Amino acid sequence: MKKEIIISGFGGQGGLAIGKNLAEAGMAEGMNVTWAPSYGPEMRGGTANCSVVLSDKPVGSPIFNHPTELIAMNEPSLEKFEAGVVPGGIVFVNSSVVTDKVSRPDLTAYYIPCAEIADEVGNPKVGNMVMLGAYVAATKVLKTETIEVMIHEMFTGAKAKLVPLNIEAFHRGMACIR
Amino acid sequence: MEKELWKGNEAIAEAAIRAGCDCFFGYPITPQSEVPEYLSLHMPQHGKTFVQAESEVAAINMVYGAAGSGMRAMTSSSSPGVSLKQEGITYLAGAELPAVIVNCMRGGPGLGTIQPAQGDYFQATRGGGNGDYRTVVLAPSNIQEAVDFVQEAFDIADQYRNPVVVLADGLIGQMMEPIEWHDVPKRKLPAKDWATTGRKGRDHHNIINSLYIDPNECDDFNAHLAKKYQLIKENEVRWDTKDTDDAELLITAYGTPARIVLTALEQLRAAGVKAGLFRPISLWPFPEKPLHDLAGQSHIKAILDVEMSIDGQMIDDVRLGVEGQKPISYLGHAGGVIPTVDEMVEAGKKALKEAE
Amino acid sequence: MAVVYQKSKGLTDKELHYCPGCNHGIVHKLVAESLEELGLLDDAIGVCPVGCSVFAYNYFSCDMQEAAHGRAPAVATGIKRTHPTQPVFTYQGDGDLASIGAAEIVHAAMRGEKFTTIFINNAIYGMTGGQMAPTTLIGQKATTCPLGRTKEQAGMPIRVSELLSTLDGCVYAERVCVTDIPNLNKAKKAIKKAFQLQMEGKGFTFVEVLSTCPTNWGMTPLKSIEWLKENMIPYYPLGVIKDTSAEVN
Repeated sequence: MKKEIIISGFGGQGGLAIGKNLAEAGMAEGMNVTWAPSYGPEMRGGTANCSVVLSDKPVGSPIFNHPTELIAMNEPSLEKFEAGVVPGGIVFVNSSVVTDKVSRPDLTAYYIPCAEIADEVGNPKVGNMVMLGAYVAATKVLKTETIEVMIHEMFTGAKAKLVPLNIEAFHRGMACIR
Repeated sequence: MEKELWKGNEAIAEAAIRAGCDCFFGYPITPQSEVPEYLSLHMPQHGKTFVQAESEVAAINMVYGAAGSGMRAMTSSSSPGVSLKQEGITYLAGAELPAVIVNCMRGGPGLGTIQPAQGDYFQATRGGGNGDYRTVVLAPSNIQEAVDFVQEAFDIADQYRNPVVVLADGLIGQMMEPIEWHDVPKRKLPAKDWATTGRKGRDHHNIINSLYIDPNECDDFNAHLAKKYQLIKENEVRWDTKDTDDAELLITAYGTPARIVLTALEQLRAAGVKAGLFRPISLWPFPEKPLHDLAGQSHIKAILDVEMSIDGQMIDDVRLGVEGQKPISYLGHAGGVIPTVDEMVEAGKKALKEAE
Repeated sequence: MAVVYQKSKGLTDKELHYCPGCNHGIVHKLVAESLEELGLLDDAIGVCPVGCSVFAYNYFSCDMQEAAHGRAPAVATGIKRTHPTQPVFTYQGDGDLASIGAAEIVHAAMRGEKFTTIFINNAIYGMTGGQMAPTTLIGQKATTCPLGRTKEQAGMPIRVSELLSTLDGCVYAERVCVTDIPNLNKAKKAIKKAFQLQMEGKGFTFVEVLSTCPTNWGMTPLKSIEWLKENMIPYYPLGVIKDTSAEVN
């Protein structure tokens, strides 16, 4: 098993956080993982992306041109990375922001209205959790419980009240995949 | 030990604290700024010293002062900043002071780019400042090695009274990876009875200095340094190999490219190409003899050196090690472009074909 | 037999290499005596520069470090921050401190580093053979301004004590000279005060000593003293430039 995932979006959309969550969860399940961000001036306002590897073997290259999955949180991300996705790969599109469709017929595309669902759940900040849920449901590479435990560990103390919200957002994201 | 997910630069900073680093003097520069950021918070929490210097020049000279007075001192920077530190590094070597310098390399020359590169190999391994000196150079290829090498670097520095460079790159600094905090073997270290700690009753005053106005004294001192470097060459050579037992194609690489080669090896083997990796870990002293011996094996047909440098820098040491036994070809990018697996596979096949 | 004079224990027996009439020897003595009288010799760590006083590590009997050109304040920062209870000083000339090391001295003062800097201002590069310094006076000849320094070509000389006095971290700056006994006594008092304030943790302390360089000025020692009085003091006025030590905890 080896997943090579690119998550890309505007700074502040939580793309880098989705990547970290995937890496954390993968590590918790005993996988070999890496998380490598794009860095530089673009992280201050422009499009930011990160590359995540989840693998049952030690990770060689933490960066790659042909992701097995692409999570496109904004339009430029879809434009930039769709062509590189491996044949038969999966593209997750944040349809709250992206109006374009995935053009390659060999790819499986899921359109996730992250912002609308986040609003319904009650907090616009949990859009990234919605997308994480979609990824986990579609790829089945990580266990639901692992993510739930991770969410509990992420929000402790005064922030513990955010746990149910995030878990709900995560499950609503999972429900987008049929 | 439980694995923890750490960002490279922060892990390097934490490793320094765990190694007993007494003081850190730094200056912001991308892509290593998380090192001073982390230490600005955590050093004071451990009762240790953090100073953001006015320049890299000042930072390395603060290291000099602290190291000269017996402290475990460290600085970190990225390529243009490390160029500025070269003055201080040659003075450290000249005064025989232990110190740890971390370089998260980025593309050059000049301001270059902030993306990962390996254009500082010559600077690090040849003594980047003036005079006949060397620094021990350790090149981590992942974050686990980065934290292990940073911790050990303090011991190596103290053992030989010499600066040690941990030569990483922007990717190692910026990426996250699970690591284990395990105990790095501690060395038996000589007492720092030479340090300027204040006399405190000592019958003589200690002097930290690199000036020898009498040329004969300076010659003698350089001979002393050369002897020390010979000892380091005998004791501190490190390298790693992967799948070399039957390899026909031997790839040489260090740092980030070396881990990418691991993926290329899988693909080459899947395509029927017997490929292996020789990875220098100590860039100075360079593992010349192990490479020479491996290159001499009859199953090795061709060597491909891969670096994040346009024409290669380590390749000069590879040539010195291989000594013409096998043909050597090169794949590399500078300016922050990282050689890809696809390119490595293609270049590897080509190198083998040309050797036949 | 009564002892009427004794060399300070703060100095070694090493013979000074300075030129006849140079003030370095006198200032060394004042620094050494101050450290000894304050009982600081056994704890003190000094940093010497590149310049004529490059060998000062051989003359002061306390522990000493030799810094790269201009970097003594950074080196001293590294020492003092890790040895906060011990007296630390730099001893620097004008080329070292006011030219190549301008950034280091300004930032050490800005941070209020708790060490003392003794600054020898003789308006010239001595060791390298009489080149123009940032402190060289207008009209003064040097080997890199053979017709005399001009404002147009090199700007006006820098008054370091006044410059550093604009920084809150600098709690004490005084300019002195050692041309005669009364001035020498004032200089000693200033140096001692600087060390005392340092040990009280007040902040950065600075003593500028106007000094002669008969060799590179091309004068006899006596003539150079006259020249200092007539030319340097009008531009570099003597006295306490700043003392906020009473206001600082």
